[in-house]
Amino acid sequence: MMRTRVLSVLGRRTKATLPELPYEYHALEPYISADIMELHHSKHHATYVNNLNVANEALQEASSKGDVTKCVQLANAIKFNGGGHVNHTIFWQNMSPNGGGEPEGPLAEAIQRDFGSFAAFQAKMSQATVAVQGSGWGWLGYNKEAGRLQVATCANQDPLEATTGLIPIIGIDVWEHAYYLQYKNVRPDYVNQFWNVANWEDAGSRFSAASA
Amino acid sequence: MVANLPACVGQKCVGRLSIGSDSPRLSISEAIVFNGGGHINHSIFWTILSPTGGGEPTNDLASQIRLDFGSFEDFKKNMIERSSAVKGSGWGWLGWNRKTSKLEIVTTQNQDPLEATTGLIPLLGIDVWEHAYYIQYKNLRAEYVERIFDIIDWINVA
Repeated sequence: MMRTRVLSVLGRRTKATLPELPYEYHALEPYISADIMELHHSKHHATYVNNLNVANEALQEASSKGDVTKCVQLANAIKFNGGGHVNHTIFWQNMSPNGGGEPEGPLAEAIQRDFGSFAAFQAKMSQATVAVQGSGWGWLGYNKEAGRLQVATCANQDPLEATTGLIPIIGIDVWEHAYYLQYKNVRPDYVNQFWNVANWEDAGSRFSAASA
Repeated sequence: MVANLPACVGQKCVGRLSIGSDSPRLSISEAIVFNGGGHINHSIFWTILSPTGGGEPTNDLASQIRLDFGSFEDFKKNMIERSSAVKGSGWGWLGWNRKTSKLEIVTTQNQDPLEATTGLIPLLGIDVWEHAYYIQYKNLRAEYVERIFDIIDWINVA
């Protein structure tokens, strides 16, 4: 019995789980509606988590059988669902009912240094994010090699760090599901309103960790 | 989309293409694919939908579907699965391959137009960008794709 239990523990993978939101679904209103937050978290993010676990199970099986073709075939599903899980996990933390305003401390200084001013950074990130063709994300990322902050965008659920090497500081989801129920096709309005819930404390922590 | 296309074609392209640097040319060609493709795709889309649509095709198209997919049911199942599975924004298509004289189901990303991207002639397209269904179906894309079969204008598709 002991041997079976030990073997089952060794065989068990760590499954991805849906993180809890740090606030209620309605907490970001009027900037992001409760309907959107509930669907976004409990349906969209949850689906990425479930599908990631399914893909990972299949990958483990394929890998243990030495089926490299199958492993390669699963790569897309892992990138998409794994990326979706990574991105949304960051996103919920990047927002706060007490958000808005401007960052302070080292992040504020870095923004000043790398963009000239907070306003200039905000304009640049908003423009790049609105201009994403199709589904994707706009990011403020940290380039460790260059020691600089950069604005970047990624398509679909491509995760920032795995795709570009940049460390994510703050991101804006511009898949239509992130805003359509409230803002319809007017993506620029949504992106402008996002800044009212931007959690600069969380962004600041990420920056400190990335630039340490 | 239609608004964005003429501005690009009319001014920037003519001016910028002559300058010779790659980067404006690339970003302009991206804008043309995106907005031009969007215009083509949606122009097709409105014509293949009808309030009196639904049911199944008849005559040559029906025979060809049976030939290339086994049955209309198999084709429909395949089309629903493939269209629902698009990662991100895109379209599901029933296209005609002139070289092989076969029908094919393919998907395209974003607003990439079918013919320019794959050479296939578009017969039926299903828009699976979230804006096409979200207000009504929320995250349930597969349900929307299944329901759209109730309004397909098979006369136009044929």
